[in-house]
Amino acid sequence: MEAASHMDFIVAAYAAAGAVVGGLTAWVMLDYRAQLRKLADLEKRGFTRRSAPVRGEPAMQQAKEEA
Amino acid sequence: MAIADLANPSRFLKFANRTIPWLGGLTMVAFAFGINQAMVAPDDYQQGATVKIMFLHVPGAWLGMLGWGVMTIAALGTLVWRHPLADVAAKAAAPIGAAFTLMCLVTGSLWGRPMWGTYWVWDARLTSVLLLFLLYLGVIALWRTVEDPSRAARAAAILTLVGAIDLPIIKFSVDWWNTLHQPASIMRLGAPTIDPSILIPLFILVGAFTLAFVTLLLAAMRNEILRRRVRTLRLMQASAAS
Repeated sequence: MEAASHMDFIVAAYAAAGAVVGGLTAWVMLDYRAQLRKLADLEKRGFTRRSAPVRGEPAMQQAKEEA
Repeated sequence: MAIADLANPSRFLKFANRTIPWLGGLTMVAFAFGINQAMVAPDDYQQGATVKIMFLHVPGAWLGMLGWGVMTIAALGTLVWRHPLADVAAKAAAPIGAAFTLMCLVTGSLWGRPMWGTYWVWDARLTSVLLLFLLYLGVIALWRTVEDPSRAARAAAILTLVGAIDLPIIKFSVDWWNTLHQPASIMRLGAPTIDPSILIPLFILVGAFTLAFVTLLLAAMRNEILRRRVRTLRLMQASAAS
């Protein structure tokens, strides 16, 4: 069996697997940053966890500590 | 820390924050070692170099099914114990499981074309895995459609439990029906039918992909907990404004 004749299928399979793992990793990391950014935005507006719109423990700092 | 302590979202976040960097590093080392072993593994006497696609196809199949298994256990946690972290785990596992199932389907097609002469046949194994992928898409759509997370969790949990019927069908499809797909060669009664020179790199890469799955699942669960906190704060913001 000619291995070289099937090399394109092998390369395509490894590229697909790389795209899946790389894509999942990028999605998870970007989503994490997005959630931290949203928490920071809410903190700026005075909304923190376990508090009404009152200045308390900064939400961003709390999220970073916990997450 | 006891495992039961992780059921608390705040403690889970602390645990995830400490664990994810180590798991990520371990995953990269495992991939580097596994891919190296796969590249130096000998060609199969029948399939030639295309056997290297197996090193990706088998982990994809394993993790596609593991993902649904995780979601099934989480669905029980949602429906029986009504635990919010079970909802979080189920929602986080769905896209990861779907991606690995897609990887299984794509690499299987790319392996099938040179070996079978076709990218696709509607045999029981291939069709039941395609059904698993469509079930994943259905669950993801449910999560995105229903706005209230607890209502979405219950609906997704019911679909997940129904869909779990597909797991034994996938596993035993090659025994119950005549399929173009080969019968079980690793998880079977008796020893695996694969030579150790190929089996060992396969196990290493299955381990590497499983580590990647666990790392991604923990990270996605962390994101989902933070997303729910953002949602809660936005509701507070909206009620304060009204």
